[in-house]
Amino acid sequence: MTGDRPPPDKRYVTVPATAPAPSPATLPVAAGQEESAPDDAGEPQRTDPRSFIVGAVASLGQVALPLAFGAYAVLDGEPARLLFAVPAVLAILAVSTALAYLHWYRFTYRIGASDIRVESGVIARAARSVPYERIQDVSLEQKLIPRLFGLVEVRFETGAGGKDELKLSYLTEAEGERLREVVRSQKVGAVLAPDTDTLAEPVEAAPPLFTMGPRRVVTFGLFEFSLAVVAVVAGAAQQFDFLLPFDLWDFDAWQDRLAGPGRWLAGLGVAAQIAGGIIAVATFLAIGFATGLVRTALREWDFRLERTDKGLRRRRGLLTRTDVVMPIHRVQALRIGTGAVRRWFGWRELKLVSLAQDSGSANHSVAPFAQAEEIAPIVAVTGFHLPGEGLQWQRATSQYRTDRVVLAGLALSAMTIGLAVAGQGWLVAVPPLGFAIIAALEFANWRFVANGFDASQLFTRRNFLAPRIAIASRVKLQSVEISQGPIARRRGYATLSLGLAGGKFAIAGISLERARQLRAAVLESIAGRDFSELV
Amino acid sequence: MDDPIEDDGPLTPLDPGYRSVMRIATAIWLAVLLAPAIAAEVAIPGWHGVVVIPYLLLAAAILLRLPQRRWQARGYRVADERLRVVRGLLFHSDTVVPFGRVQHIDVDQGPLERAYDIATLTVHTAGSHNASVHLPGLKHADALAMRNAIRAAIRRDTL
Repeated sequence: MTGDRPPPDKRYVTVPATAPAPSPATLPVAAGQEESAPDDAGEPQRTDPRSFIVGAVASLGQVALPLAFGAYAVLDGEPARLLFAVPAVLAILAVSTALAYLHWYRFTYRIGASDIRVESGVIARAARSVPYERIQDVSLEQKLIPRLFGLVEVRFETGAGGKDELKLSYLTEAEGERLREVVRSQKVGAVLAPDTDTLAEPVEAAPPLFTMGPRRVVTFGLFEFSLAVVAVVAGAAQQFDFLLPFDLWDFDAWQDRLAGPGRWLAGLGVAAQIAGGIIAVATFLAIGFATGLVRTALREWDFRLERTDKGLRRRRGLLTRTDVVMPIHRVQALRIGTGAVRRWFGWRELKLVSLAQDSGSANHSVAPFAQAEEIAPIVAVTGFHLPGEGLQWQRATSQYRTDRVVLAGLALSAMTIGLAVAGQGWLVAVPPLGFAIIAALEFANWRFVANGFDASQLFTRRNFLAPRIAIASRVKLQSVEISQGPIARRRGYATLSLGLAGGKFAIAGISLERARQLRAAVLESIAGRDFSELV
Repeated sequence: MDDPIEDDGPLTPLDPGYRSVMRIATAIWLAVLLAPAIAAEVAIPGWHGVVVIPYLLLAAAILLRLPQRRWQARGYRVADERLRVVRGLLFHSDTVVPFGRVQHIDVDQGPLERAYDIATLTVHTAGSHNASVHLPGLKHADALAMRNAIRAAIRRDTL
């Protein structure tokens, strides 16, 4: 606690706000103290006393209405009851105020030499420490009521993103500004890139990395055939056929309708009925294709991906044109996917997984519909590489696949027995058929699904029907976990889950030995570089 | 390739106080579940103890064995600027967080933990999986020391 610093004062500024970015050595707290220091933090400070009032006012707003209803119900035209009601309400208010005061009293923060520390809690105690190196930005937020008091909420944004951020509510505006300055000056020396996710300046690079002209978009749209829409429309046609001026399913009526110019067709009898059926099916197919086409065209029209000095810039869209810049150093992993049909034509999609805190979706499609030779140069730009020829792919264990088939078998045989007992006739055949399909797929996936690693990356290959490849940079992973359920433990396989900012990267059903091998490889890479060098 | 922290390096067991905390928490749960057992007993005419007695026997066995085994299954290890947390009796997990990937650090104490002077250390990472890794059952002073060690490692790495 007792530092070799000037006597602390509530307003004492650890680093003067006006100080021109001092180097860490000139900070008031000597470097020597930092090593010894179990407590190198500054004096504990409380948030502004008025934040307690703000809290009270805010909660009053929530309580007022129930209180009014309660009063109406209790009094019920008998004002004498006020004698009891008023003290009761006052007592409740007094208790909640006392609790709020205790909470405020026990919430302290310190601006230390290496971190910001917050301690809180009356009965349960919580202490949070956020090192300056991890603070990406300090944001000040003013809502209406705090604003009346001249107070701000100060948020410290770290890579962890979202709910677990540190926030101080509320401080005076001056104190908020001061904290921001302190954090900024403390961070000098640490590598921190400015947030560049917003719109880019029009820095045109050479030829775009990837574009999709109208022709490509239309082809893409055809592959986006929407089975869901077809199902919905077909269902709706059956449900709401009374709305249609004719009966879609009545092939005889189709025959009549064809009777005009197509009288010769009507004469053909059965052929005409078949024609009617074909027309009905064709209608649905047309709707499915049209939906896919329209949706794709709206989203992907005039797709262009360029390399600018701020990162990869993607523009696309017909009515709403979006313009996103993805800083290359923030790319954490790549995903290459395809579909069960389009794979036979060589079409794939390339997505970037970027840091979780990036606005909107963490997955950015940079080439939604491209051939292998178009994807390769984009991958090269991101600093990643595709799995090489010599990569040692390794499969999941056969125990894992067997167990999956056995579990599916158990569930499905229970279903079969249930159906047989219920006397469902031919439906009994459905679960065994499902089992046969599952078993076949598991077998195919046992041969296909694999993982591998090289000097700098980790690869997984999944899904036999529509292959997906995920590529993660070993150094950019955050944590490694090996987990085993009760069955897995007995059968000797494990799941390796890797902490990836903005996405998931897990390898299931590999042998414990392989999991440890991968873990050692990843940890070895991580040890070399700190998080702040990555973002 | 073979690193001391991986594989089955010796784990540091958690503070025995944590076992007591788990035992008390288990006892509270068992006491809560006693209520339906008593209700069932009342519903069955006559006092034979057909529900309560087996329940109490089972509860005693659970109270005796489970916290001990759960406590034994847990452990941690700090080496090479990495924190390894092992846990789980039925669902086993073994997590390693390198100090260089820690975003911020919490040291929390619930009321029971305070009574035994132990704390839970939580490290937050930027990953979607394992965003927060909890390590309960450390002596409060040890948790604070570990927090300082991690923070110092972060500082050293970035300077």
